[in-house]
Amino acid sequence: MRMHLKLTAAILMVAAAAASVPATAADYTVGAIKISTPWTRVTPEASTVAGGFMTITNTGSSPDTLTGGTATISKRLEIHEMAMDSGIMKMRELKPGLVIKPGETVTLKPGSFHVMFMELKEPIKASNRFKGTLVFEKAGSVEIEYAIEPFGTRAPGDGGQRMPGAGAQKKSH
Amino acid sequence: MTTAFVRRALLGVAALAMAAVVAALALGPRSSDDRGLLTRIASIGGAFELTTHEGRRLASTSLAGRPFVVFFGFTRCPDICPTTLLEMSNHLAALGEMGDRLTTLFVTIDPEHDTAEHLAAYLNSFDPRITGLTGSPAEIAHVARMYRAYYEKVPTSGGYTMNHTATVYLMDRQGNLAGTMSFQEPESTQREKLARLIGG
Repeated sequence: MRMHLKLTAAILMVAAAAASVPATAADYTVGAIKISTPWTRVTPEASTVAGGFMTITNTGSSPDTLTGGTATISKRLEIHEMAMDSGIMKMRELKPGLVIKPGETVTLKPGSFHVMFMELKEPIKASNRFKGTLVFEKAGSVEIEYAIEPFGTRAPGDGGQRMPGAGAQKKSH
Repeated sequence: MTTAFVRRALLGVAALAMAAVVAALALGPRSSDDRGLLTRIASIGGAFELTTHEGRRLASTSLAGRPFVVFFGFTRCPDICPTTLLEMSNHLAALGEMGDRLTTLFVTIDPEHDTAEHLAAYLNSFDPRITGLTGSPAEIAHVARMYRAYYEKVPTSGGYTMNHTATVYLMDRQGNLAGTMSFQEPESTQREKLARLIGG
């Protein structure tokens, strides 16, 4: 019991430390692929999916394909594209993946390409930065860490949209 | 083939109806004749009965006399649904007491996953004046048909996602379509539309 309390305290301290780390952009390189600013955002309560975003540059001379990866926060990860078509939101899985041409930079962002965290183990909160891997057909696998942006963020650092409705007026149940 | 045709036809009808509404709204101040015309052309809306996130049955007849907003989505939606719910929450907060005069309905198009309990938990993150609605697959298909809303399940390698109409329908006190709103519009445009709907 005492052991449990100590463990809980330790976990809380680690969580607090993690929460105080600013959401800075991190760059990762694997082969000819460069990844910058992986980020995601706080999800609504009871969410079971979330989108992950970043910028990927192919500095090589041949195309490469982001085929998948993992994230500690979810059971599975897929590569998806969202697009608006005559008022209809369309989602599709990119198979075999997202192609990045030589010299090209592709931005994964809300409303467009994204990695889809499927079957979240728990909703994403501001304090639970998490790691994952991305797998490229040619460049191979790379470990990255996602910064957590506020709920409603459209681009990293925009601070999200204010949400006075949630929290303050949260239902009691 | 038949399904694809029906889908395309429905999309066509919806697009025409939307175009007619947009055109009519662009013509400036609306007389009651215009509204009648709009209603006949668009014929969006109608009777439905669904279950709220609090487990109550809600019949569309109980909405009479109050303007309301309807949109379709699902909780496994990574972007547009939480964004629309967030924006509606922001609007309701900004509108204050005026927002109390508006009914806001979020209808799931994934009723197998989005039970009343699940919707209730999800909606905890948003303005409490938003009502989540679910029902049997047949009830959801019916209300979507009433609003010319399109949805379909899209299988992925390890699960599924969904395509769906992202339009926010603005309905007047009589349950007629007064206009539409899109999450892509500027916040101020959206807020003006809502204020006009509530005040109108």
